[in-house]
Amino acid sequence: MYAFDIERPTSLADAKALLAGEAQALGGGQTLIPTLKQRLADPGTLVCLSGIAEMKGVTSGPDGVAIGGGTTHAEAAEGLKDAIPGLAYLASRIGDPAVRNRGTIGGSLANDDPSACWPAGALGLGATIVTDAREIAADDFFQGMFTTALEDGEIVTAVRFPVPEASAYSKMIQPASRFPLVAAFVARFPDGVRVAITGASEDGVFRWREAEGALSADFSPEVVTGQPEGPMIADLHGTADYRRHLCAVMTRRAVRAALDGTGGLSSAGA
Amino acid sequence: MPKDTGIGASTKRREDVRFLTGKGRYTDDIDVRGQAHVVFLRSDVAHARIGGIDTSEAEAMPGVIRVFTGRDFEGVGGLPCGWQITDRHGQPMQEPAHPVLAQGKVRHVGDPIAAVVAETRQQARDAAEAIMPDLEELPAVIDMKAALAEDAPKVHDDLTSNLCYDWGFVEENKAATDEAFAEAAHVTTLELVNNRLIANPMEPRVAVGDFNAATGDHTLYTTSQNPHVIRLLMGAFVLGIPEHKLRVVAPDVGGGFGTKIFHYAEEAFCTFAAKALGRPVKWTSSRSEAFMSDAHGRDHVTKIELALDAQNNFTALRTETYANMGAYLSTFAPSVPTWLHGTLMAGNYRTPLVYVNVKAVFTNTVPVDAYRGAGRPEATFQLERVIDLAARELGVDPIALRRQNFITEFPYQTPVAVEYDTGDYEGTMKVLEEKADLAGFAARRKESEAKGKMRGLGVNCYIEACGIAPSKLVGQLGARAGLYESATVRVNATGGITVMTGSHSHGQGHETSFAQVVADMIGLPEDMVEIEHGDTANTPMGMGTYGSRSLAVGGSAMVRATEKIVAKAKKIAAHLMEASEGDIELKDGTFTVAGTDKEVAWGDVTLAAYVPHNYPLEEIEPGLEETAFYDPNNFTYPAGAYACEVEVDPETGQVTVERFTAADDFGNVVNPMIVEGQVHGGLAQGIGQALLESCAYDEEGQLLSASYMDYAMPRAHDLPMFTVDSSSRTPCTHNPLGVKGCGEAGAIGSPPSVVNAVIDALHSGGHRVGHIDMPLTPARVWAAMNGAVPNMGAAQPAARTDATTEARSVGGPATRT
Ligand SMILES: Cc1cc2nc3c(=O)[nH]c(=O)nc-3n(C[C@H](O)[C@H](O)[C@H](O)COP(=O)(O)OP(=O)(O)OC[C@H]3O[C@@H](n4cnc5c(N)ncnc54)[C@H](O)[C@@H]3O)c2cc1C
Repeated sequence: MYAFDIERPTSLADAKALLAGEAQALGGGQTLIPTLKQRLADPGTLVCLSGIAEMKGVTSGPDGVAIGGGTTHAEAAEGLKDAIPGLAYLASRIGDPAVRNRGTIGGSLANDDPSACWPAGALGLGATIVTDAREIAADDFFQGMFTTALEDGEIVTAVRFPVPEASAYSKMIQPASRFPLVAAFVARFPDGVRVAITGASEDGVFRWREAEGALSADFSPEVVTGQPEGPMIADLHGTADYRRHLCAVMTRRAVRAALDGTGGLSSAGA
Repeated sequence: MPKDTGIGASTKRREDVRFLTGKGRYTDDIDVRGQAHVVFLRSDVAHARIGGIDTSEAEAMPGVIRVFTGRDFEGVGGLPCGWQITDRHGQPMQEPAHPVLAQGKVRHVGDPIAAVVAETRQQARDAAEAIMPDLEELPAVIDMKAALAEDAPKVHDDLTSNLCYDWGFVEENKAATDEAFAEAAHVTTLELVNNRLIANPMEPRVAVGDFNAATGDHTLYTTSQNPHVIRLLMGAFVLGIPEHKLRVVAPDVGGGFGTKIFHYAEEAFCTFAAKALGRPVKWTSSRSEAFMSDAHGRDHVTKIELALDAQNNFTALRTETYANMGAYLSTFAPSVPTWLHGTLMAGNYRTPLVYVNVKAVFTNTVPVDAYRGAGRPEATFQLERVIDLAARELGVDPIALRRQNFITEFPYQTPVAVEYDTGDYEGTMKVLEEKADLAGFAARRKESEAKGKMRGLGVNCYIEACGIAPSKLVGQLGARAGLYESATVRVNATGGITVMTGSHSHGQGHETSFAQVVADMIGLPEDMVEIEHGDTANTPMGMGTYGSRSLAVGGSAMVRATEKIVAKAKKIAAHLMEASEGDIELKDGTFTVAGTDKEVAWGDVTLAAYVPHNYPLEEIEPGLEETAFYDPNNFTYPAGAYACEVEVDPETGQVTVERFTAADDFGNVVNPMIVEGQVHGGLAQGIGQALLESCAYDEEGQLLSASYMDYAMPRAHDLPMFTVDSSSRTPCTHNPLGVKGCGEAGAIGSPPSVVNAVIDALHSGGHRVGHIDMPLTPARVWAAMNGAVPNMGAAQPAARTDATTEARSVGGPATRT
């Protein structure tokens, strides 16, 4: 680590002011701290968001569920259990307990790792990402690996999710990191089905439109055939062909879980 | 009736209290007054010529005391290799220099280029980043076959090639073996990779060097499995410090698995720099450094052929192996693919002819050396895989084929030099069949199929040579060290006992099980015996812990020393009771005179030894302290049979281990609970190798699996509840405890059963896959199911692809049945 200063604002307004300069936001630190330890970043000043009460918690209302940007994965998993079990399941399978009790939804979305879980939930549900400056539809937010619509210093303050009729998440883990190797989030709304895939594409999280079309007509696993197009990630843990294949497998499993109402399933077991 | 104390009791591990409550004292807990910190600048390229190293900016940085480079070590010895191999033509192996800091070239990612010593670790790290080495990159050799090509770049310019040695064993058997193949009714051929592994002990390596200018005494605190060996190697070969001026301390060590046997550059550096600077110097490895500087394990590419006659008797076995040495020869590297591997190729079977060829190769990768099992897992894996494949080709039951070829009479002289003293392979197989409920497998397979999963059963046997080793024999085989062990038993005046052993415990529970042995021999409560280890200043010269040798060799030394104690104590007791020595009996810590009611307590005798008022001073010396050195006259041969059941997800290729049963014969067992724990740990590592772990390089020599984000360690959830049984017992015939060693068995015996099980599962689903190379990741299993050529014969870099590489195979195309 290089030496850095840390600021601990307790209001969003203070955080915003502090981030106007050369500083960087610190969420749960589950991505940023390892990066600093490797000396791959030298931010000078970190602005810690975890003391800002207005950025925390899960609230359900008539138009959906809002999750504060500083809410941890574990808090989200708990708060979403009744409202959106599929999303609660997603949050409950991120990393391990230490990661879940520190890492935040805002940090995960801002980071937009091509293998992260929350982007699949946000895109799969058509969420709205609320920042200190504006509101961004998930369809516009994710712009490729580690790239989002956020401006420098812009803070994810909350994420609003519409409540689907049914949803589920199916995650095939990468055996070392336990991030998704490929995972699919499937959500059924009265006006159609959305399918978001993470871990697979070199362009980051994406919607699999063909599967959405087929599932909107008939919400059953058997209709998910074929494979998504586009460049797929190839690494130690799986070839592009394997990942492409898993897109359909994970989507079918998510559909099955949505129909069963189990919230999802993971190759890492119970 | 299970015993509750002494030999055979499952005494709880006394050391766990301090380990589990944070009271252990590890090397990193040692801070010596006035110490400075060193950080190494390591190469980030696999192969380069060093033009110059500009250290001026670093030297001017805050807190920097001195920057060292290879220049500073020009008059200093290199890191020695402890074992010399003689090749097929009677020539010694090629042995490159291994400087403490790189000289002239860097040869792998992680090779240390310079060392910065500063007041704080942070300052040293800052300054290390400011060093500007002028590196002229050279093409790297990563793949072993490519490394042996005519025009391959050379890792060491002063050697004739990248071939360390071409070893044949037993060379005299070669012609007869070839002939047997020509006459065979059936030959099964298999090519496979034994995947490269990183040991990853929980505690990374640490070294603290200290020098007392007033006395000229050096001290090195280090994370070692064998402090005396480090003292000898570093003192005699690297730094020229005589042993009486060098103390090496290996305190609590958080796991070794082999990788802490070897003498490393950082130890020599800290010892050297402490004197040069007049300041203690400390180094603590980061986890990232550990990945690229701890010796790696395995990394063999093998072609194995099994010849059978028309009745399915094994008639001959022939292997050709490429063994990766990495960029330098680590301390015991040359012995692993040769004597620790070739001598085990007979396995549990009566194969009359065996010929093993091993080509050891230098590549631009981290040095490779012993890792839990060392050579024996590689031997077991290939043998037990080829037998399984043969059974499949011949359409016979794989267990029956093994049984038919079992060695049944002991002692048994193998065609590969060693003589098994005892064993009962049919016995362990019977235990296995029962404990694993093999009869119920068909029903369990049906249940799995009903859930849409393919289920497979894999069974294999293993044998290992442990209790390393008869010094005279290993000397003939090229070892530059003896492999005896030592113990001093010090009885104190009030009867308590301190045992100082040359073995070293880094998780094995010696402090508990060794105490059980000594307490049992005298008949005392175990807590009257304390075990000291790890400090050359207060333990007799010993060779340390590896090769499942501690109880078999170290324990035997302890028994011999305790026997001397008992003999002397009886003399004292005889004097005290005015009886003749021959009539004295010792039981439950009390001396009696046969046929009388006279008795004297243990404590009275020990007190008399140190307060010799009434004592036979004319016959014996006062005091009660004895030392023994024990040199075994054979290896020990633990053996067993393992069974694994897996489910394979036909859609994803995901393998889950559903059941695992181990039936072992370790001879006598001192502490069944500790033995079971050792087997559990070994199984976890073996299953990790089979399904998860893979150290992979890319073509340029960059380490791809350089952190836990990419190197998959086994976790509890990856493993089933194990069934472990060591009730089959054929005691070792040549050591006093009749013990054989249990530390490596799990890691040796389990990989083939896992792979055999997966192949069996795939066949049950109609996938006629002959072999898949480890680790059997979902991606590889899925690719194999979908017609990819198995990843066979591939030398590094292997792991990146699922369909490889006839170009890199030992010879011939992949096997499909
Ligand atoms: C062992 C391990 C396993 C993991 N497994 C998974 C997994 O299975 N699935 C998964 O999805 N993730 C996984 N993660 C990542 C984890 O979920 C992280 O918590 C997450 O990616 C980042 O969130 P954070 O709050 O920790 O952000 P930080 O690490 O603090 O920050 C990450 C980035 O986001 C920025 N940032 C943080 N908060 C905000 C905000 N509110 N607004 C704007 N920018 C912000 C920071 O400036 C930084 O650039 C794992 C991590 C670890 C260490």
